[in-house]
Amino acid sequence: MPPAFPPLYPITLQHGLILGAALFSIGLAGALTKRNSIVILMAIEVMLNGVNVTFVAFARQLEPAVLTGQVFALFIITVAAAEAAVGLALIIAIYHLRHSVQIDEANELQG
Amino acid sequence: MSNNAWLIAALPLGAFALIALGARRSPALSAWLTILAIGLGGALSLQVLREIAAGARIEQSMEWLPLGHGLGLTVGFQVDPLTAIMLVVVTSVSLLVQIYSLGYMHGDNGYSRYYAAMSLFTFSMLGLVLANSLLTMYIFWELVGLCSYLLIGHWHERPEASAAAKKAFIVTRLGDFGFLLGILFLYWHAGTLEFRGLEEAAAAGRIPAAALTVGMLLVFCGAVGKSAQFPLHVWLPDAMEGPTPVSALIHAATMVVAGVYLMARTFPLLEHSATAMMVVAVVGGFTAIFAASMGIVANDIKRVLAYSTVSQLGYMIMAIGLGAMSAGMFHLFNHAFFKALLFLCAGSLIHLMDTNDLSAMGGLRRQRPITFIATTIAALSLAGIFPLSGFWSKDEILAAAASTNPLLFAAALATVFLTATYMFRLIFLAFLGNPRGQTHDHPEPLSMTIPLLVLIVPSVASGLLGTALFGNPFGSFLEGRAVTAEVNLPVAGISTAVALAGILLAWVLYGDGRVEASARLAARFQPVHTLLVNRYYMDHLYNGFVARIVLGFGWLSNRIDLSLIDAFVNGIGSTTISAATSMRRMQSGQLQAYAWAFFAGTVALAVVAALPLLMGTR
Repeated sequence: MPPAFPPLYPITLQHGLILGAALFSIGLAGALTKRNSIVILMAIEVMLNGVNVTFVAFARQLEPAVLTGQVFALFIITVAAAEAAVGLALIIAIYHLRHSVQIDEANELQG
Repeated sequence: MSNNAWLIAALPLGAFALIALGARRSPALSAWLTILAIGLGGALSLQVLREIAAGARIEQSMEWLPLGHGLGLTVGFQVDPLTAIMLVVVTSVSLLVQIYSLGYMHGDNGYSRYYAAMSLFTFSMLGLVLANSLLTMYIFWELVGLCSYLLIGHWHERPEASAAAKKAFIVTRLGDFGFLLGILFLYWHAGTLEFRGLEEAAAAGRIPAAALTVGMLLVFCGAVGKSAQFPLHVWLPDAMEGPTPVSALIHAATMVVAGVYLMARTFPLLEHSATAMMVVAVVGGFTAIFAASMGIVANDIKRVLAYSTVSQLGYMIMAIGLGAMSAGMFHLFNHAFFKALLFLCAGSLIHLMDTNDLSAMGGLRRQRPITFIATTIAALSLAGIFPLSGFWSKDEILAAAASTNPLLFAAALATVFLTATYMFRLIFLAFLGNPRGQTHDHPEPLSMTIPLLVLIVPSVASGLLGTALFGNPFGSFLEGRAVTAEVNLPVAGISTAVALAGILLAWVLYGDGRVEASARLAARFQPVHTLLVNRYYMDHLYNGFVARIVLGFGWLSNRIDLSLIDAFVNGIGSTTISAATSMRRMQSGQLQAYAWAFFAGTVALAVVAALPLLMGTR
């Protein structure tokens, strides 16, 4: 059944890809430049969601009948949740040790 | 019993193991373990001798290193008349020497170590005589060399002793290298190292004549080293730095005769090469007179006996080279007893005086009458005076020389003369005249006197075993058939006269302990005396010339090793280290620096992947 109200501007593949790339780039910039490890963790989450958007956009364009891309996006959300849990645990551990979450201060593993 | 003849050798090995494992904490226990093991071994040896005399022959071997293609190395033992005689000689002399050591070494710091080494030596020597192949023999051959090293260096805190130990080991190793080459050479041609196999191969002519000559001469190198023949005799006089019972056992009665035993054992091969026989005879004959001449001027009582040993070993080697193998073995048998006795007597004097110097002795017949009598009997036996044991074996050797080679006969006769002179010079200087040095006034321990008394018996009588009077049981036993001995009356007469002349000369010069005669003679015959006292400058030659070449080569090798090989290996190491030092700076520990690197890498990969696309669209 077609949607009752067709959109004024149809959302095309380009829209999805541009949004995904923008999200990924914002996340990357944050991950590379921020010093606070919680912010870095959040930036990584943004990067993952940029990838999700790209997956869904391609899936809708290439194979609308099957939901392969959407399932991948769901997997990534699951993994991201796990990653967030592990990452936060690590950050707490580092905080216990150093009373700081600044990532540039945790540099003991150097040559 | 003969089937288990290896037990005779295993017993002292067991004693050695027990001493090493713990008995060493009790010196007395160590000593008695050794004596017990060797005593038991001696009893078994006598039993073996009886069985062999009744006709038994044993040979057992097992494969040790299979090499494929039907080749392989075996180890094993055999018992035949030659082995049986050696077993009895080794165990009996060893037993007496161990008992003697109870008193002689009493209170020594290394008492247990001494007995452990003596047990190990007796094991090795018995293994050597039991061996049924050149390879097995070679293993024990090196083991006795090791024990000799350990025992010469028993008082290793004295620099002379440790230097003498090293010298003995290195010089004999020189000969052993030839021996090893000979073993390889014979294996190459005969495909076996078992004596029986080698004999068969030689008898069947499967070894080319030239190869047999070369092989036997190489094997003879081993005998030259071990039995201190010219030019490798230099280690034996120095080996006198060891305790006197060690000299009696190892450097007079047993280990040094291993070379003679080796030549007797390989005699069936040697027989096929006239050239090798000639070389062996000449080396032996030359050594006999060469060493005897140095004995004339030595002032150290043990060194006189050491030169005498070298000289008598030369006699035995010469006998074998002349084809009179059983005469050589007979002399070995007799010599083992009277020379061990002479050394033990010397030990008795050293124990009394704390010095080896003949010029510090004198007049000792009053304090040690038994030693005096024993020394005199043994010296008469060594000089070859009828009817003591040395007379019979020496006569056989002289007769063999007289009938084959007049030159060697002359050398042997001259040796008889010199032998009688230096032995009686020793006796006159040590026992006659007035005391010249301080003596302890403690009595001699019984454990030292009894072996002297026991050894007098074979020194007098062992020769009778090889005489025509009793149908030559020694020769018949050794050859496995009835052999008659004839006393060559002219030869016996001449040699006895020569020996008596030697004794007379010694009496004229040194009778009544005239020690000042030495100095007068030295002044009169100064060039000769200097030459003899400096041992013909052989040691100087080795130290100044041979050692310099070896040291120079060692220096060169060391330089090459340090500046080329080591430099290369070290260079690899230092290059790696400097590369790592510069590269480790990349590892900053800053997570975001790594993230930047990932990012840059990903971008670079993406650009590379996209490059064809970009080129295509242009």
